[in-house]
Amino acid sequence: MFPPRSQRILLAVLAASALLSAVSGRLNPYFLDVALGAGISVVLASSLNLINGFTGQFSLGHAGFMAVGAYASAMLTTTLAPRLGLSANLLQWVFFPLSLVAGGLLAALAGVAVGAPSLRLKGDYLAIVTLGFGEIIKVVLQNVDAVGASRGLTGIPSHTNFFWVFGSAAVTVYVVWALLNSTYGRGFLAVADDEVAAEAMGLNTTGYKITAFVVGAFFAGVAGGLYAHLKGYLNPGGFSFDKSIEIVVMVILGGMGRHSGVVVAALLLTVLTESLRQTGAFRMIVYSVLLIVLMLTRPQGLFVWPLWSKKEGRP
Amino acid sequence: MSDPLLELSGVTIRFGGLTAVSSVDADVREGELAGLIGPNGAGKTTVFNMITGVYQPTEGAISFGGQPTAGLKPYRITELGIARTFQNIRLFPSLTVFDNVRVAFHLHLDHDSVHSLTRGPKFQAEEVQLRERTRELLSIFRLERVQDEPAKSLSYGDQRRLEIIRALATRPKLLLLDEPAAGMNPTEKDELMKLIRFIRDRFGLAILLVEHDMKVVMGICERIHVLEYGRKIAEGTPSGIRGDPKVIAAYLGEEPVKES
Amino acid sequence: MTEFLQQVLNGVSLGAIYALIALGYTMVYGVLRFINFAHSDVFMLGAFVGWATVERLHLPTRSFGGGLAALALAMVVCAILGVVIEKLAYKPLRNRSTLTVLITAIGVSLLIQNVSQNPTIGFGPNPRAYPELFPARQIHLGGLTVSTNQIVVLAVTVVLLAVLHWIVHRTRTGTAMRALSFNATAASLVGINNDRIISFTFALGSALAGAGGVLYATLYPSIDPLMGTLPGLKAFVAAVLGGIGNLPGAALGGLLIGLVETFVSGTRLSTFRDAIAFAILIAILLFRPAGLLGKLKVEKV
Repeated sequence: MFPPRSQRILLAVLAASALLSAVSGRLNPYFLDVALGAGISVVLASSLNLINGFTGQFSLGHAGFMAVGAYASAMLTTTLAPRLGLSANLLQWVFFPLSLVAGGLLAALAGVAVGAPSLRLKGDYLAIVTLGFGEIIKVVLQNVDAVGASRGLTGIPSHTNFFWVFGSAAVTVYVVWALLNSTYGRGFLAVADDEVAAEAMGLNTTGYKITAFVVGAFFAGVAGGLYAHLKGYLNPGGFSFDKSIEIVVMVILGGMGRHSGVVVAALLLTVLTESLRQTGAFRMIVYSVLLIVLMLTRPQGLFVWPLWSKKEGRP
Repeated sequence: MSDPLLELSGVTIRFGGLTAVSSVDADVREGELAGLIGPNGAGKTTVFNMITGVYQPTEGAISFGGQPTAGLKPYRITELGIARTFQNIRLFPSLTVFDNVRVAFHLHLDHDSVHSLTRGPKFQAEEVQLRERTRELLSIFRLERVQDEPAKSLSYGDQRRLEIIRALATRPKLLLLDEPAAGMNPTEKDELMKLIRFIRDRFGLAILLVEHDMKVVMGICERIHVLEYGRKIAEGTPSGIRGDPKVIAAYLGEEPVKES
Repeated sequence: MTEFLQQVLNGVSLGAIYALIALGYTMVYGVLRFINFAHSDVFMLGAFVGWATVERLHLPTRSFGGGLAALALAMVVCAILGVVIEKLAYKPLRNRSTLTVLITAIGVSLLIQNVSQNPTIGFGPNPRAYPELFPARQIHLGGLTVSTNQIVVLAVTVVLLAVLHWIVHRTRTGTAMRALSFNATAASLVGINNDRIISFTFALGSALAGAGGVLYATLYPSIDPLMGTLPGLKAFVAAVLGGIGNLPGAALGGLLIGLVETFVSGTRLSTFRDAIAFAILIAILLFRPAGLLGKLKVEKV
């Protein structure tokens, strides 16, 4: 049957986001802000899940990809857009999504650069290299005057709305799900399980790993663009190691390599973080204790019940 | 007699100063059941790893179906039609039994990442067909009853069999089996011998096996190559090998006792 | 030429500190095969212990006796801390996947940083001036300016490296450590108490990091709870550069990173200083993943 059920669900979610977007102006602005933040987290966590969870390539550089996309799209809307003299509607509904895609593509290019070392490195070595990549991006952004250097980039128009955030989230989840749910896509899991055996079964392990990095980085870049046009202000410090860790925690909490668990974790953690903001300085303490306790007691993730799946404890 | 399917000529590999395999010539013909034997450390698995592209020979050439395989990555060699199993079983432990086999059909797919996203009618038809073929293959070996279990939960013998089925799903012309009888009891070994013969006849492919168990090797192989310290010391039929003084010496670790 | 020598001197004193931290990474990697992310925070706490000896225990400043006492106390406190971290967070995870341990280590690191940054239960996030533990004077040798602090850093590092070498190569515990990093299963079969040796390794590595913390703060006298991150990462790069698991390699790597960083700081690229270490890391891992002095292990198929 065509379109298949998965695509009909995607279309339904997109339509629902559009409807909600139309009435989102009536929502409490604070609530809307938290909701949009949570939606962006879903994009980030689902895309990292493809790299870390399904393909088993532990990356600590997701904030770096996000930064690339954020700065690229923000540069387009702040420097190029005003010269084109577009109407507000064209800016919001045509130029902005194109700038998101451009940011995503640039991040995907960075994904190729980071994915290349992953062909030779495993586990904690790869983690450190991706971490280093994230830091390099940050240092470069801090030093390039055209993007505001360490002062940051200001005056970014607020194009991000309910539709773009939850539409992107739905597309990200669909893409990751659809990639995995095919005979081709089972190859990602095979690469995560045993690279030597995967190669011996005729799987191009290099191709799979690069694909995971490229697709993951693309959506992280899109999330960065959404974030930039939500906050209206970018600062290289906002894309530090801590941000990457935040996304990693979502993926781990949701159970690496599980679609719905990771979405739930991304939503829940963003809201939880927001409510912990009142406790201020204790927020990150709670976060880190949570991480340690989780690893010691439930490394397979929090939102994974034996009922959901027979495979458990994917490392 | 048919043309050689796999041909090794003067194959040598050195790791640092150590020569693990030294100018080995060997071949496997189409549809043949061949064996590669030798004492521990003779370099049997290393030969397998060179044939499958995990290692590159330092000297010499390997060709498959007339095509040299030098410089090809392992997955390319699998594409040419060589599939293998591993000495210490390497399944995809967290994938289901079904997916272990299904993923190996990947080589003969028409669809790729883009089709997974568009999920058009052709993609769907192909997926349905692949599921059918996976189920068929599993049922030939009577593993369909556990198809939804994770591979790691299978018994040892079933894991060995699943590894063979997975290799068959790549539709090889040559199947390399690395110590398939390791850890099996005599009954299981008898079944394995039947299974190997059955696979050769049913799928019409050549099989090369590395094996320690003499009963298995002598029982099924039509031709046997013997390695010792990385060199080939003999080649022949099971009965010829059994009587070869060099082979006896290699296994007993001394000169054959002279008749006085 | 004088300027070159001056840069070498500055680079070597910075590199000596990186070497001390790098040894801890490499030793832990040797016995447990994972990157102890919390190591850089132990280094930070070492610096704070030195600060506390003056501010809380009122040890004399600008004296060699007081300075060495601060150094010794920092080493002891960090050694204990290292063992506690290992027992509570890592020991329950023996034989679990590398990633589980790695993530736990990141959690421990974040916990130490955030508790330290908390104004109620920690030190608060603001940087503080570091007391002058050792008598600070500038000595002029020809065109070179040598501070007594640099001499202290170099002298202490040399002594600590010598002691470490003696422990690893001349004592039973050191031999057991080497055996453990060679083959953990075999080591336990010949009667080595692996848990005890792992604790000892953590104590040793953390003590060196503690000393590194005091020395680093002596050269760069401003401390804060996040001060460990960058030196820690650079020291890790040093360990990889030298060949992870290899002790002389870590020392050599530390010196090289210190020198490169100092020379880059002297050029127009100085603001990229912190990115250089990572660029080096990525280059080594791509072209010589075993490091300068390490041996590559081939995966058995």
